[in-house]
Amino acid sequence: MFEGWPILSLLIWLPIAGGVAVLVAGDGAPRLMRWLALVVSVVVFALSLSLWTGFDTSTAAMQFVEHVKWIPTFDVYYHLGVDGISVPLIVLTAFATPLVVIAGWEVIQYKTSQYMASFLIMEGIMIGVFSALDAILFYVFWEAMLIPMFLIIGIWGGANRIYATLKFFLYTFLGSVLMLVALIYLRYQSGSFELLSFYGLDMALSVQVLIFLAFLAAFAVKVPMWPVHTWLPDAHVEAPTGGSVILAAIMLKIGGYGFLRFSLPITPEASMSLDWLIIALSLIAVVYIGLVAMVQEDMKKLIAYSSIAHMGFVTLGFFVIFDIAMATGGDGEGALLALEGGAVQMISHGFISAAMFLCVGVLYDRMHTRLINDYGGVANRMPIFAAFFVLFAMANAGLPGTSGFVGEFMVILASFQANFWYAFFAGTTLVLGAAYTLWMIKRVVYGEVANQEVAELSDVNGREFLVLGILAVAVLALGLWPAPLIELMEPSLDNLMQMVVAGTQ
Amino acid sequence: METVYLAIPLAPLIGAIVVGLFGKTLGRSVSHWVAIAAVAVSTVLSFIVLREMLWGGGQPYNDTVYTWMVLGDLRFEVGFLIDRLTALMMVTVTSVSLMVHIYTIGYMHDDSGYQRFFSYINLFTFAMLMLVMANNFLQLFFGWEAVGLVSYLLIGFWYQKESAVFANLKAFLVNRVGDFGFLLGIAAVLMYFGSLDYQSVFQSAQASPDMTMSIWGDAEWSVITVACILLFIGAMGKSAQAPLHVWLPDSMEGPTPISALIHAATMVTAGIFMVARMSPLFELSETALSVVLVIGAFTAFFMGLIGLVQNDIKRVIAYSTLSQLGYMFVGLGASAYAAGIFHLMTHAFFKALLFLGSGAIIVALHHEQDMRRMGNLRKYLPITHITMLIGTLALIGTPFFSGYYSKDIIIEAVGHAHRAGATFAYWMVLLGVFVTALYSFRLYFMVFWGEERIDPHAKEHMSHLPRYVMPVMEWPLILLAIPSLVIAWFTAGPVLFGGYFGDAIFVAPANDTLAELAGHWHGPVAFGLHFWASPAFYLALAGFLTAWFLYIKQPGLLPAIQSRGRLLYEVLVRKYGFDWLWINLFGGVGRGLGRLLWRVGDVTLIDGLIVNGSARTVGRVAGVLRHLQSGYLFHYAFAMIIGLLVLLTIFIGQWRGWFA
Repeated sequence: MFEGWPILSLLIWLPIAGGVAVLVAGDGAPRLMRWLALVVSVVVFALSLSLWTGFDTSTAAMQFVEHVKWIPTFDVYYHLGVDGISVPLIVLTAFATPLVVIAGWEVIQYKTSQYMASFLIMEGIMIGVFSALDAILFYVFWEAMLIPMFLIIGIWGGANRIYATLKFFLYTFLGSVLMLVALIYLRYQSGSFELLSFYGLDMALSVQVLIFLAFLAAFAVKVPMWPVHTWLPDAHVEAPTGGSVILAAIMLKIGGYGFLRFSLPITPEASMSLDWLIIALSLIAVVYIGLVAMVQEDMKKLIAYSSIAHMGFVTLGFFVIFDIAMATGGDGEGALLALEGGAVQMISHGFISAAMFLCVGVLYDRMHTRLINDYGGVANRMPIFAAFFVLFAMANAGLPGTSGFVGEFMVILASFQANFWYAFFAGTTLVLGAAYTLWMIKRVVYGEVANQEVAELSDVNGREFLVLGILAVAVLALGLWPAPLIELMEPSLDNLMQMVVAGTQ
Repeated sequence: METVYLAIPLAPLIGAIVVGLFGKTLGRSVSHWVAIAAVAVSTVLSFIVLREMLWGGGQPYNDTVYTWMVLGDLRFEVGFLIDRLTALMMVTVTSVSLMVHIYTIGYMHDDSGYQRFFSYINLFTFAMLMLVMANNFLQLFFGWEAVGLVSYLLIGFWYQKESAVFANLKAFLVNRVGDFGFLLGIAAVLMYFGSLDYQSVFQSAQASPDMTMSIWGDAEWSVITVACILLFIGAMGKSAQAPLHVWLPDSMEGPTPISALIHAATMVTAGIFMVARMSPLFELSETALSVVLVIGAFTAFFMGLIGLVQNDIKRVIAYSTLSQLGYMFVGLGASAYAAGIFHLMTHAFFKALLFLGSGAIIVALHHEQDMRRMGNLRKYLPITHITMLIGTLALIGTPFFSGYYSKDIIIEAVGHAHRAGATFAYWMVLLGVFVTALYSFRLYFMVFWGEERIDPHAKEHMSHLPRYVMPVMEWPLILLAIPSLVIAWFTAGPVLFGGYFGDAIFVAPANDTLAELAGHWHGPVAFGLHFWASPAFYLALAGFLTAWFLYIKQPGLLPAIQSRGRLLYEVLVRKYGFDWLWINLFGGVGRGLGRLLWRVGDVTLIDGLIVNGSARTVGRVAGVLRHLQSGYLFHYAFAMIIGLLVLLTIFIGQWRGWFA
């Protein structure tokens, strides 16, 4: 339908242009601005689906490529393209943004148009990150992403928002500076800023290790991995609901995406020799963070910690491939299972964390507290909401039939092939994930009506029902039939794996 | 037949969705008719499948319904394996489920969550059918967790009750501990046998039974043993074997119909079914079978003992269920898989009957569950009394009742088994017969005989009832009492000795204890008449007489016995400390560790020490910015736009050649 169109550019610049329009039009007509924001974000989502439908799954090559000179002095190109790794993430981004717009519909009364504009601009920038094939272009989008999120938390956030925004900004900024150094170094090795030209460079292990660590600094903060995770709970607690949704559903994935797009293919040998580090940090994320999540008293903090634990499966899946290849003689199936599992987990976590934060948002909008102890017996007053919340909690606990199961299942099955104990520690999530999620559900949703505020709660309205309903369908669809997503990603991930394996031999 | 196979699980799924989403609109009676019709369809079709297997020359069916995902050569599928084992399970599950559905109309008739309840039990039937019909480990795990989910929802059905929502969380978490092992077992299967499909796994396992793996240090472990024990840990969770049994007694917080359906007849037997289904794997590992045998025997005897000191009628039956599940595992562990499955079937009928009977009592006495406030109820509830007596006689293994055949064969089989732990198991299950008869008749006498001790309040309630038990609740009791009595007469022969299961169950010739017993089998009548030769009969009789003596003849003796055996009594009342262990050691230590890691690890070390410098700087900067905040953030936004516009200009400029 859109053949020959620069779809990726449209996906990036349409929301940004829409955001600017909303911003310029200003506060005069917040109602109209909401509608404009919604229309733009829905159009972008529809466009993003054409990426999926028009995608050729028989090849791992970059598709929908746009390649234009940008800053010739520095040999920088406006180079966009997508493969099976980035398409689902772009669709996820375009999927989440309209939900955030709807979720903030009448909740955000303060500077409504700026709020909507921030999310639209954010959307364009994130799609830019996922489709940039030029290192500088990537870096520009990467850094630009911080600004709207900084504003979202800083303007619409909670009481302690300034502390949280600065922590967030400094953490992520410090990480990315090192990445920039690595990118510039790579440019001198390969002779261009073309991302694909960095692949397969012949570099000594010691050099690779330095580059790997520079990338790690950037990506580990974003994922986030233990011990550079402490910005996330603070950021989530202070962020408005929409900010938390985008942060958890999309921004964390950019760290995972970075490992796939940069670390593994550019520094395969270093990835192999330092895989123990990532695996250890991932397992710490599952066990340590899982235990920490259990004792949180603030629902948003709990879900934030749960996000870190779930992202542990992403990094585990990506870096356990070397051990699997070694243990199974490299027939590749187990390693591919791990890689796909990590990638599926990213998409699934996008749905589930968004849903969980939206559920907390629904409660927060009514009671203006996130503390578990202020609730109790919500199901008595909000049965429909309770049904959604329990469904998403089950997905968060990795119940089969929901998307949360797919990635964890694949990664656990695969990591068993590397080492019994990897699977053992990863598997503790079955107990820990259920414990922290369902214990929260028990205290918030079940029981007698705890107090007068709870007694006065009203069930979800049509708008909230719509948002939660869409996410429920997504969570169940991916859980019951992950095959289409797997097929979409397989050629690219398989190609990536071959490349990594070739690079280590 | 394929459509039939598909319709069997889908009917209750559709019922669950319709009733769950539109129950309020449909109203109560339409909802329950939809739900019951859905299960009735499954039941009838399941009987058709069984008939086809038995007399229609039906061959096992093994095919894929849809492909969940494909990865290289690895296929993850949803598919059905329908053989005689499956057919038997399908018939058992659907027919008990149907009885429970009908009974629920009466039991839940004044509950505000009526439609929700029907939706859940429909969903449960779907999940359980998916579990037993699976032809691969993925779907098995799917069904396994799905029944766990419904169990969670139903134990916490009365979610306002603190004890109910505590019990459902406990049930889910303890089950998850089992599932943790189960999932690792599946991972081992996938790694070493290269597939999740039952048939190909069994083939590769049989082809290379001697593979080893290392887990710790240089010690080499047999892959089959490790995989089987891990899978069995899953079974221990779902089928409530010590020490993962602690959730089942608490699950009695749920409404009684689901105690009958889920926590007695079907879901808790999933572990037994799974081990029988995996018989080609378990047969390759003596060690794993010994573990099954010992755990089952331990549970059979020691959990039965706890039943002696319970006063809540449902909890007595719950401990009895634990004990009987232990018997089934002993049967499996003795390689008498058919006997384990056979006991599963007979137990499903008589235990569902006992639960539904106790539910009838509970409703009649206005939600009284304490047996100390019952007594002499045969006067008021004659049909409940007679049917529960039949259930009790079946449970203790009275000659000619169904339980006699199934339990006696297990005891005989383990007596003939030669593997490690068999002697221990034999004595446990034999002594267990005495215990079973004692707690069963203790319940029976306390409830139906002796003096009337009904609470005046409950008595008042009873006087308003037009009928103590509604017919819709009595009919299921009668319909379950019939198979409790007679089912073994015409099934024991073929199932146990007639090779009913064919290839569905694999027993290595050297382990075939049932084949050794087959020589003594001369039909159900002869076997029934031969009761005097079995020590179990005398133990059951002794149990019955003890109960009669203590609760009818000389009730005054009880307090004296209790104070003499104070220590033992305390140990039993405290359930050997398993609950304490789980709640404090695992729950408490887990939370304490979490708090420690959070406070010390995250807050003090990472944020306080490592991020220290920058954190303090951040604090200072934040202090400054706080003064500037409101007016300037708008400028941030503006700067961002300007930046983007510049970027856009450069980009378009390059493209249009403005700067060339």
